[in-house]
Amino acid sequence: MKTLVAILEKLDRRWIFLAMALAVAGPILIIGITGKTLPETPTPAARAVYNAIESLPPGSPILLSFDFDPGSGGELLPMATSLVHQCAARGHRMIFIALWPLGPTLIDQTIKKVIQSDYPNLKEGVDYVNLGFQSGNEAVMKVILTDFRKAFPTTKSGSAVSTVAAMKGIERVSDFPLLITISAGYPGAKEWIQYVVSSSGGKVKMVTGCTGVQTPQLFPYYPAQLNGMLGAIKGAAEYEALVNESLAPKDHSAAPNPKYLEAQRRMGPQLGAHLLMVALIILGNIAFFAARKTKAGATS
Amino acid sequence: MRRMVPMWIAIIAGFAMLLSAFFPMTESLGETFGDVFNVVAAIAFILGAGSLAKVNLAKVSRRDPGWGFAVVTLICFTITIVVGLGKFGVPQNPQFAALPWSGEKEAEGGAFAWIYAYALVPITATMFALLAFYVASAAFRAFRAKNLEAILLLSTAFIILLGRTFAGVVLTGWLPDWASGLRLENLSVYIMQVFNTAGNRAIIIGIALGVSATSLRILLGIDRSWMGSGD
Repeated sequence: MKTLVAILEKLDRRWIFLAMALAVAGPILIIGITGKTLPETPTPAARAVYNAIESLPPGSPILLSFDFDPGSGGELLPMATSLVHQCAARGHRMIFIALWPLGPTLIDQTIKKVIQSDYPNLKEGVDYVNLGFQSGNEAVMKVILTDFRKAFPTTKSGSAVSTVAAMKGIERVSDFPLLITISAGYPGAKEWIQYVVSSSGGKVKMVTGCTGVQTPQLFPYYPAQLNGMLGAIKGAAEYEALVNESLAPKDHSAAPNPKYLEAQRRMGPQLGAHLLMVALIILGNIAFFAARKTKAGATS
Repeated sequence: MRRMVPMWIAIIAGFAMLLSAFFPMTESLGETFGDVFNVVAAIAFILGAGSLAKVNLAKVSRRDPGWGFAVVTLICFTITIVVGLGKFGVPQNPQFAALPWSGEKEAEGGAFAWIYAYALVPITATMFALLAFYVASAAFRAFRAKNLEAILLLSTAFIILLGRTFAGVVLTGWLPDWASGLRLENLSVYIMQVFNTAGNRAIIIGIALGVSATSLRILLGIDRSWMGSGD
């Protein structure tokens, strides 16, 4: 016991780094080889996101705001993929915008990965459109409350928004029956709630997918101002499982495409990392109490 | 004069935005100031770029500690801005084929897209991933059950860490339905929705009151610290 405590007290942090690398790499390899993922039980918050999209009649315009950058892509891109997957499968009109400068590229990636690859019948400018980035943070939100085209006069590729069929009937943000924001910080879900959902007097319904850091900060708004929420990769995995289940063939003859399993695949490394963290906290406390006991014995 | 003009701009714009939220007749005034803000925000990007160049050039010329990193920053900044503005390798936009440089700067095949895919994405992902290693090290060295508060914090951490993974299902999935509230996955949701929400709401309300008080001080010209020291 004494030897173990002595080792723990002097443990070089590089051993901890190595343990973390193994805890993450192991599940990645196992899931990569077997293709199997861990089962997920959706929480009410994730189910609410699914229901919000599912309950709209096909062809409904949905505003999707990509308020993140590649740094948060590990957590947020899988949920962006699933959200677009469900919207496309339901035949909704998708209007993409970004309040973060690197958002438009992530929108293009998601469009290519989901819509252009699996829904080639959906036409750009008719069924979906990327309006790109607009600077101004909350000021953009204030402007689109009254005049959407003032903030986004052209599409990302330069066409006038007034000529885009997908924008038919959209004058202001409250014309969208649903707003989806995929958010990594400022400006993000919190600002959308404060400046758009609250200002619209409840006309705008909103769901969000957010990073783990933001999740506790957004819970106070759920379910009143925020109709549904996907918190971090766990929320993404729950929602992904729901979408895959609903879009799977009735006899379950075909497994989902691996690109629609990204969030569930990442729950493996998350499990490894969390278990290691718990083990490290326990070991750290064993070393702490043993050292305290030794010190107390020496002074008495 | 250098302080009076910005102060009056802030007072007029602030009151216009405030009134536009309450009185429909002043809504268009609020919109106008919103438009002005958007233009200023776009110009701020140029200001930001200028500031970045100025700070890093000064660091290099003074040979401050870590000046080599400033050189790397300046080189990367220059390459990215030249490549982005020059649209190197960007294919022509078929919608506007007659116009030169009509392709999007991020278009596939362009140099900017290459920088994005092979430099920016891996660098930012690596930075984010490094967190896991430092958090693990901190968990080992800092999370000590020294007192009641620390024990509560650790217990919550255990529930959340295990409840947000399949480990929660394995460890407590056997509990009967009448005790399902004690399953780790349900406990973690309960903690987030009840304790966390209560604490966060208190913080949010406190912040809102603080923001209101500070905003009022700025709007009335009492607080002028936002303009800097004026040197």
